[in-house]
Amino acid sequence: MSDFWSSLTLLFQVGLFVSALRAATPLIFAALGGVFSERSGVVNIALDGIMLVGAFMAVMGSYFLKDPWLGLLIALVSGALFALLFGVIVIRYRADQVVTGVAFNMLALGLTGFLLRLIFHHAGQSPMVAKLPDWVIPFNRFPGLSRFPALQSFVDRWIQPVLGQHTPPVYLAIAAAFLAHYVLFRTPFGLRLRAVGEHPRAADTVGVNVYAMRYLAVGLSGALAGLGGATLSLGLLSSFIENMTSGRGFIALAAMIFGKWTPLGALGACLLFGFFDALQMLGQTLGFRVPREFFLMLPYLLTMAVLAGVIGRATPPAADGKPYDKSHA
Amino acid sequence: MEPIVRLVGITKRFPGVLANDGIDLEITPGTIHALLGENGAGKTTLMNILYGLYQPDSGEVFIRGQKVRVTDPNVAIRRGIGMVHQHFMLIPPFTVAENIVLGSEPRRGVSLDLKRAVAAVEELSARYGLKVDPLARVESISVGMQQRVEILKALYRGAEVLILDEPTAVLTPQEVRELKVILDSLAAQGKAIIFITHKLKEIMAMAQVVTVIRRGRVVKTLPTSETTPAELASLMVGREVILEVEKGPSRPGEEVLRLENVTANNNRRLPALRGVDLTVRRGEILGIAGVDGNGQSELVEVLTGLRPATGGRVFLKGKEVTRTRTRQRIRAGLGHIPEDRHKRGLILDFSVAENLILATYDRRPFASGINLNQGEVRKHAERLVREFDVRTPSTETAARSLSGGNQQKVIVAREIDRDPDVLIAAQPTRGLDVGAIEFVHERLVAERDRGKAVLLVSFELDEILSLSDRIAVMYEGRVVAVLPAGEASEDILGLLMSGAARSADEARAAVEGGNRVG
Repeated sequence: MSDFWSSLTLLFQVGLFVSALRAATPLIFAALGGVFSERSGVVNIALDGIMLVGAFMAVMGSYFLKDPWLGLLIALVSGALFALLFGVIVIRYRADQVVTGVAFNMLALGLTGFLLRLIFHHAGQSPMVAKLPDWVIPFNRFPGLSRFPALQSFVDRWIQPVLGQHTPPVYLAIAAAFLAHYVLFRTPFGLRLRAVGEHPRAADTVGVNVYAMRYLAVGLSGALAGLGGATLSLGLLSSFIENMTSGRGFIALAAMIFGKWTPLGALGACLLFGFFDALQMLGQTLGFRVPREFFLMLPYLLTMAVLAGVIGRATPPAADGKPYDKSHA
Repeated sequence: MEPIVRLVGITKRFPGVLANDGIDLEITPGTIHALLGENGAGKTTLMNILYGLYQPDSGEVFIRGQKVRVTDPNVAIRRGIGMVHQHFMLIPPFTVAENIVLGSEPRRGVSLDLKRAVAAVEELSARYGLKVDPLARVESISVGMQQRVEILKALYRGAEVLILDEPTAVLTPQEVRELKVILDSLAAQGKAIIFITHKLKEIMAMAQVVTVIRRGRVVKTLPTSETTPAELASLMVGREVILEVEKGPSRPGEEVLRLENVTANNNRRLPALRGVDLTVRRGEILGIAGVDGNGQSELVEVLTGLRPATGGRVFLKGKEVTRTRTRQRIRAGLGHIPEDRHKRGLILDFSVAENLILATYDRRPFASGINLNQGEVRKHAERLVREFDVRTPSTETAARSLSGGNQQKVIVAREIDRDPDVLIAAQPTRGLDVGAIEFVHERLVAERDRGKAVLLVSFELDEILSLSDRIAVMYEGRVVAVLPAGEASEDILGLLMSGAARSADEARAAVEGGNRVG
């Protein structure tokens, strides 16, 4: 009898971690996008809208080209282009970044809804399209692993069930976080990008092109947020639903702050927030006494605590949100 | 010797100003060349053109005899021109080494080669005698070291010509001496140094050649060995300037400001004032000397009610005001020229007229009922603009668009016109040019002669020595000595300011004993 209960508990725990990882993936992409953009000095509140555009374009790609991978690629490119349009307005024309970002979110919501009706003659939801296939990675067959029985049983029991089978974006997102961390903190490109976000004039005086760096960062953030959107429509589901991001871009921003503007910090924060989301879903199934809204609220609550300096101080890049005007020396 | 840089007929126009008007200039390797001029004379504009931050409207730049179009700083850097800006162009959270290599980083594959960056910094630092810690974060090092980092940044990029914009503005006297040693050694190794300043003493001490610029034109270029500070001052301003402050002996009267064992914290909640006792009397100027950050700012804020005292008592004209609000202290006869005129002296987007009534707007004749009496406001502004010679297109002009000197005149006019019994002047001449400094000094002395008490805080020892009747030296939140100005000298004050001497007697003994301490 006790054996039955412990396997049932394990099943729930494994299920919890699996769904936490799934929920975290779109957040990770978008939060990494946020890190690049804000580290270069551009507050990208438009992440949510860019995700929505990415989600829509991914479905379009998969529908018309019959290949979800091409859908993913199209989401990446269109996210980057949509973000660059935002970039032109806030970098070239120095518009207020927050106000412009809000406008872009509304534009994305209206545009995707409109195109949905125009192209698929359908309100609310697109037809089903081919989604990304699962990848199965046999961690438990790792060569030589069987020589360490304790490790082997741990991998069998936990690693394999939790990490062994997911859609590709899950693996891509985690890899992207490590890659982004390396790029940002170990390469000349990263040094320049951070310099531009801290003190653009100082970067300018040593010949770093502030505008070019910011366009690159914003374009990159759009590509990542676009991927995050595609993860929703082609990874978790297989169609586009109006406003399907339902604020995930903002949770990603919160995760970026919670992670103190570093890619690995953001990754950790996204996993934590994904875990809250999974708890909330599990709670619904099991009928917890705690209302689900409580879990949905947690990411924001934690972020406010960080911003207020309750849990460690988070300092944004010094020039974050400030347009740069080269001619005013 | 062949000039390394030759500027011919440089002209640059900004909306409403002709910043450079046909400027010619030649710079030779191995010399320290000073550019002298008042604020707004066009020195910095000229150097920004040489460095590629601005494009000239006309004129030509020759580097090593070759005509060059310096379209951006990259071009200047490639041609061996480096610039140390007045406001350092350093990134506070980055390390010294990261700041130095930014923009031309050593690479290993796609990665930043931090080891080679550190090695390069150490090599340069040894070769030119510029001591820095490559792995320290810039936000945690002294201003003097930050300046050395800036110089290293230029040298790392192979600078043969080094432009320094107001390099001594932020340094202590000791750091200025160190800078002179560094510049001399750079010049000895064949570098050309251009050094922008409006401080005459420094030019005489540091430069071999000086070019005076006034209103965008070169007035004269001459060797410093053949000129005097007085001549340079008149060339710069275009008229005779009185460098020494003329003032008679003080006639101190009753005590009007008194501090008893005052303590206060700084913004980080650490003790900034550790028991300050001080008195100021009518008819005297009490100067507060000290290196920036020894509690002067907090002292002024406690006196004006902008910062709470954590202990001790403050008396204004015999009445205790320790817990009194700023407005009540103003009404009771306190005037304040704040150290940061942009943050606390003015509301930059308000007009000159509005700024002139900031302390009195709710009183007659400016207020009548709930209305502002615009006619009175304007009349008041017109009178003060005339009396204090504020150069402004109109009294309705925004304070933001005035020059620094004229902004300061607006503040001085507002505070003095209220006729306070105690005037607190915190760094009243910071960033001003000779003409404006002369004006502020005259005004402070005039207030003293009218029987007012003046408390002057300044980091410029010259200013303290020439204006004060008594001098109090602050070190680590305490007044370590108060001495009559006649008994003070730069050496004595220097020892007290740096903590090397702990009393006036000790400092005097050290100086008389042949400078054994300094």
